[in-house]
Amino acid sequence: MSAASGDELLAAAADPSRRRLLDLLLEDGEASQTALAQRVPFTRQAVAKHLAVLERAGLVERRRRGREVLYAVRRERLDEAGRAMATVAARWERRLLKIKELAEAAQRAGSVP
Amino acid sequence: MPGTIERDVLIEAPADVVWDVLTDPAQIPRWFSDSAEIDLRPGGAGTLGWREHGSVEIAVERVERPRLFSFRWMSGEGENRWANSLLVEFTLTDEAGGTRLRVVESGLDELDWSEERRREYREDHSSGWATHMGRLRDLFAQEAAAAR
Repeated sequence: MSAASGDELLAAAADPSRRRLLDLLLEDGEASQTALAQRVPFTRQAVAKHLAVLERAGLVERRRRGREVLYAVRRERLDEAGRAMATVAARWERRLLKIKELAEAAQRAGSVP
Repeated sequence: MPGTIERDVLIEAPADVVWDVLTDPAQIPRWFSDSAEIDLRPGGAGTLGWREHGSVEIAVERVERPRLFSFRWMSGEGENRWANSLLVEFTLTDEAGGTRLRVVESGLDELDWSEERRREYREDHSSGWATHMGRLRDLFAQEAAAAR
């Protein structure tokens, strides 16, 4: 399975329903699709769809236990997603500070450069 | 990890001065991309260029001088490319004799890949989409390195 881009990782981790599934999996360690569906306010099909997105992004992995399929969080990828979000926020913070610097300099100079 | 990023800053300058820094294509390269072209009207098109990463198309949404400026970027490809894109909204409000500049970037949780795009990416690593994703990944990596 190819590594997901930073973009896909962000999209996978940023959705509130998927975050809820990640929270439940972090609590339980691992769980089946059925077990997860019983604890969320959305349909089994939605659970399946979200798990597929999370799996493609490398945030969860599955294993078979007999006839059951169990999902678990890949914690190192979750940390990576958190860092990616923090990076996006930091990027905007830096841009705002630069705009501040430029605008205040222009104001002090009495004209827009 | 929400689908929205919000940040704000208090600037000791009036809103119209901040507005010019924000929207003038001659000034945008001082805080954002390396180069910028922009048709500053609702529905206007624009391009942000990075020496290292190439160009990104932008679509101007709202232009309400000096209070509100918004645009879309990080679009996909093809006819519906703006459906999954990031929306950036700047608002400027008077505060403490200066200007509170706020930015909200939304749509991070909607940047989902359609099955078709995913297949195209797998099958053709030289496709425009793959290049775009590669650029975005590089941007993230560069910023992460700069943040350390």
